[in-house]
Amino acid sequence: MPVTTYIDAIKEGIWEEMEKDERVFILGEDVGIYGGAFKVTKGMLDKFGPMRVIDTPISESAIVGAAIGAALVGMRPVAEMQFIDFISCAFDQIVNFAAKCRYRWGAGVPIVVRGPSGGGVHGGPFHSQNPEAYFFNVPGLKIVCPSTAYDAKGLIKAAIRDPDPVLYFEHKFLYRRIKEDLPTEDFVVPIGKAAIRRQGEDLSIITYGAMVYKALEAAEALAGMGIDVEVLDLRSILPLDEEAILATAKKTSKVIVLHEATLTGGPGGEVVARIAEKAFEYLDGPIVRIAPPDTPVPYSPPLEEAFLPQTMDIVEKAKKLAAY
Amino acid sequence: MAKPSTSDYTVAVPEGLELDRTGRLELYYFMALNRKLEERLGLLYRQNKVVGGLYSSLGQEACSVGTAYALGHGDFLAPMIRNLGSLLVRGVRPTDVMAQYCARAIGPTRGKDLNVHFGWVERGLIAPISVVGALIPVMAGIALEMKMHGKKNIVLTYIGDGGMSTTDFHEGMNFAGVHKLPMILVVENNLWAYSTHVSKQANVKDLAVRAEGYGCYGEIVDGNNVLAVLDATRRARARCLSGGGPVMLEAKTFRRKGHAEHDDAGYVPAAERAEWEKKDPIDAYRRFLIDRRIVDSPDEIDEIDAKIVAILEAAADEALSAPFPDPSIATENVYG
Repeated sequence: MPVTTYIDAIKEGIWEEMEKDERVFILGEDVGIYGGAFKVTKGMLDKFGPMRVIDTPISESAIVGAAIGAALVGMRPVAEMQFIDFISCAFDQIVNFAAKCRYRWGAGVPIVVRGPSGGGVHGGPFHSQNPEAYFFNVPGLKIVCPSTAYDAKGLIKAAIRDPDPVLYFEHKFLYRRIKEDLPTEDFVVPIGKAAIRRQGEDLSIITYGAMVYKALEAAEALAGMGIDVEVLDLRSILPLDEEAILATAKKTSKVIVLHEATLTGGPGGEVVARIAEKAFEYLDGPIVRIAPPDTPVPYSPPLEEAFLPQTMDIVEKAKKLAAY
Repeated sequence: MAKPSTSDYTVAVPEGLELDRTGRLELYYFMALNRKLEERLGLLYRQNKVVGGLYSSLGQEACSVGTAYALGHGDFLAPMIRNLGSLLVRGVRPTDVMAQYCARAIGPTRGKDLNVHFGWVERGLIAPISVVGALIPVMAGIALEMKMHGKKNIVLTYIGDGGMSTTDFHEGMNFAGVHKLPMILVVENNLWAYSTHVSKQANVKDLAVRAEGYGCYGEIVDGNNVLAVLDATRRARARCLSGGGPVMLEAKTFRRKGHAEHDDAGYVPAAERAEWEKKDPIDAYRRFLIDRRIVDSPDEIDEIDAKIVAILEAAADEALSAPFPDPSIATENVYG
């Protein structure tokens, strides 16, 4: 039985879409002969050739801009940001060009912008960020943050097939740490649909990305204390799966929102607001947010450990909320 | 436009330019249509019919018309704010422009966006955004698709002397150069970016010298001579089609009005303005048509002008009789 890592799941998803649809091509820094800084595109140059696996100058804005242009005339480009931190250099192309074309003049921009996000690997302030919140306030974009190998593959395929610009934030901490058996047949994971990772009755943790695993660890620990935790993995944050969010809030009446993006202005605030607006009467306690403090991502291991939400932080806060 | 001019600025005919009489008259038609449409829009602006700003390309009509006229079927063009003339050459109707400027439901964006911010992919027109420079990487991407599929087409877009200072200019041009893409970048050096003189944008006299840094061909052209602009763009297009990579054409010209209608451009020295007024591209081309006996008499040109006026009046009627968009569409078409 083949076992697929998270990073290979991304690669397989792109590979299969490229085999199936000649409109799909890749562009980015070092994606060709080197196969990408993390090897997501390894072997693709040999398989698909230099017209479909394009090494570019260090020019994130041109990478995304060229992807937009090609998409406008029918292509399905997948643009790689070597580290997702560098997506800031392409901000204008993403938010002003790609996101607004359809609304302004009816032109769809089916691009995928993907790259490694997240901390836990001591990458420091510019190789560890979770910049999804910068784009969360941009109508016209979709944002996905897979946590499993299955979702990584299913969401990259869905993103490539989607008619609109999709930002695909893969988590580099998960690249080679998780693996699972994947179906051999073609499948997609629909954008905008959350998944329950653990059923529970007492308290919900709503999260996404690598924090799903912290939430599950915390849930195991809390189970030993008699607290039955439900874990909802959002998978997509734009659009949010409001139905799933409200359902778990109504089910357990106590909610923790957990993410790796920093606290203020993070996507969690929107989750909290939706629950407060639409499930207020169901709540039996304050909604709790757990996220890194409002600082850059620090480098040194003890600093980064202090920055990232840890299992015990979640356990402590969950205990308090459960007892509320 | 019909007034006689005492200027000694003349339209030099590029060597080897092939253009029949119809073509020569069409160049006049589109330049005059460009100017008269903007004059008509100016009237609508003063009548508070235009919603928002109005941008003039007075004195730059030859840049837009000459470049766009050189394109072929299947080529892609993306205008900037002073390239209304390019759109007219590519078949955009004055009604579309007026309805767009007046924010009406029949405008190309149905009131979603303003001025020349519209396009149709199927017609090879890409809508610009307000952020200057952004079109260059996007058009490079369209040229990339042409290269991938071996299409015999090119892309053409514009940048100003100010827009050349952006990251996207550099990244887009460099990307196009590295991949030898069939792209023409027309640098409309009209000396002023809003109130900032080109000398505060660039420490070079000729912006075309920058082409060399991207390994692409650069050329300077008299931006007020529509024949020179057409000829240079045709040669640039041939170079692109032969795999020679991108071309940068610097059109030397002058912005005769302010950044937009609200701006009186008081920062522009009067002598500089007066000097350029003598080089009016349409007056000069009109003299050319008469002096070279392309037309039998000035009456023939007056007839073209009269036809344009009639077209514009009908267009204004159609645009202004159209309703504003229904508020219900404000939330439509964010996603596909």
